[in-house]
Amino acid sequence: MARYDSLLDTLGDTPLVGLPALSPAPDVRLWAKLEDRNPTGSVKDRPALAMIEAAEKEGTLTQGCTILEPTSGNTGISLAMAASLKGYGLVCVMPENTSEERRQILQAYGARIVSSPAEGGSNQAVAVAKQLAEQNPDWVMLYQYGNSANAEAHYRGTGPEILRDLPGVTHFVAGLGTTGTLVGVGRYLHEQNPGTQVVAAEPRYGELVYGLRNLDEGFVPELYDADVLNRRFSVGSYDALRRTRQLLESEGIFAGISTGAVLHAALTVGERAAASGESAEIVFLIADAGWKYLSTGAYSGTLDEAAQRLDGQLWA
Amino acid sequence: MAVKVSIPTILRSHTDGQKSVQADGGTVAEVINDLDSRHSGLKDRLVKDGGLHRFVNVYVNDEDVRFVGGLEATVSDGDSLTILPAVAGGMR
Repeated sequence: MARYDSLLDTLGDTPLVGLPALSPAPDVRLWAKLEDRNPTGSVKDRPALAMIEAAEKEGTLTQGCTILEPTSGNTGISLAMAASLKGYGLVCVMPENTSEERRQILQAYGARIVSSPAEGGSNQAVAVAKQLAEQNPDWVMLYQYGNSANAEAHYRGTGPEILRDLPGVTHFVAGLGTTGTLVGVGRYLHEQNPGTQVVAAEPRYGELVYGLRNLDEGFVPELYDADVLNRRFSVGSYDALRRTRQLLESEGIFAGISTGAVLHAALTVGERAAASGESAEIVFLIADAGWKYLSTGAYSGTLDEAAQRLDGQLWA
Repeated sequence: MAVKVSIPTILRSHTDGQKSVQADGGTVAEVINDLDSRHSGLKDRLVKDGGLHRFVNVYVNDEDVRFVGGLEATVSDGDSLTILPAVAGGMR
């Protein structure tokens, strides 16, 4: 059925697409879950809508309310779309070193942007948002890093969709940020089949992003549950860019840069499975398409040049 | 077992500002002990109550050691060990 009553109703039920050219062996197959096919073009539509609906149900979010969220991009865009349809205001706190496209899209949807310093990346955005929440008690902070509705959206939606479309799935690979996707999907797949391998790909940025004043300023999202993960890889910008371009050239998929990091981890586990003669059905998640990253230069010039340009940028 | 260890900005006060140093050891714990003998005080920053500090992540060849044995994870000659503080990261 391809007819919907509104844009919000088109959420989820995204395609799972085989990648015959990139799969490491005939019985080690890669599958991409195309989460860019959501209302605003990213996986974040799922948690954003789920968090809004949960807050509406609890009665904390009512007509005319202002939503506050630390977000450097996709979650903000999802919230901005839903807020404009549902009649809420939105204030996004985002680090100043994020791509221009994101700011423009957020502003087009009518969101207000408060900038936080580039040093410390999203850590600072979270800290500034928490301050603003104290100063404005009537604003509603959904707080994606600790809101159980975030992981729940994937537990109820993304996970069951994957198992329905590929009952033999052996690995699930996704990016680690708020940790909602991995925790939600991972928990569901482990419950259905405890042998499923849940693999995290964590973006590794330039030094600026790790510029804390002391270690106790570190941050682990409240949603994070290490017990759900089986392995966790750190992927630098060069490998992320290399895989992003490979995905485009070999399979025709124009994905965002974080997807390259996820593909890198998926290929790492796939190649190890192939080398040890195991079969595998590896699902990895495409969080968004490449449009919002064109201004970063990720898709042009040599890989070294592109990686250089990304240094100090938050690319996932 | 010589490994290359990359040190995050926040811990470079222990390494005279060096971004990357050499250390020996067959496990992550042994590498950290060796690091501490050359760069005093590092172990205290990395290890708490017998485990890795909550906001410290250690990767051997880009894989998080917490999922492959923690401090007992094996390290081989020529491996690279990366130490990073846990941060909220990027575009969420």
